[in-house]
Amino acid sequence: MRIPILKLHEYLLISVQVDLDDQTAMQFQEDLLSKIHESGATGVVLDLTSVDIIDSFIAKVLGDVVSMADLMGAKVVFTGIQPAVSMTLIDLGIHLQDVPTALDLEQGLIKLRRELEEK
Amino acid sequence: MKGTLSNVPIAKELDIVGARQTGRNIATELGFSSVDQARIATAISELARNIYLYAKKGEITFQQVEGVAPVGLKIIAKDNGPGIKDISKSMIDGYSTSGGLGAGLPGVKRLMDDFDIMSSDEGTTIHVIKWLR
Repeated sequence: MRIPILKLHEYLLISVQVDLDDQTAMQFQEDLLSKIHESGATGVVLDLTSVDIIDSFIAKVLGDVVSMADLMGAKVVFTGIQPAVSMTLIDLGIHLQDVPTALDLEQGLIKLRRELEEK
Repeated sequence: MKGTLSNVPIAKELDIVGARQTGRNIATELGFSSVDQARIATAISELARNIYLYAKKGEITFQQVEGVAPVGLKIIAKDNGPGIKDISKSMIDGYSTSGGLGAGLPGVKRLMDDFDIMSSDEGTTIHVIKWLR
């Protein structure tokens, strides 16, 4: 299973619509980095509105991709994390403190633009 | 609806997703809130991944139980793997022998209400319960 990655101007947009298994998450990590490389995108919005579970493994994969993209010069913002998901992540002891987040796609794009202008 | 509700074998990576979906469906049927459904599904995911990662094979059993509340969902994760060498260390946040976040077992304990673990060189059994409030 592959998660589609869309390009919009200098941004990449991803909306995760499937229950993430380990393999799909790892594949996505690889796909996103290649896409950043080939498109020269400077910002990525990863929308998690439809994701109803993030366990410690998926959290690690998603957290890592933020650091990896950062090394390549692209900022990643997570948007739309469900209330139940944020509660379980904190129960798990996962705070994703270095990961920029926003309420929804619109806020995510605004945040990205602001972060990229600061650079 | 009493006793064992379902039994999910864990032998491949995709079984982790299968187990948590089964668990979420059962939690929904029992009347758990959406937040508790997410907690239960996440706990199952951690338990199933531990089986897959450390023991290769095992099973997750779902039971309806009664106790401090009239309805509880008990989840039993059982494997015949090499066992956990140091249980107290495995319960410390951030401790991992697999390069993971080390959030698994201590996380499961916080996500659920009751938590019991038995481990020897013949395998590991973890019992957890979430009570319907």
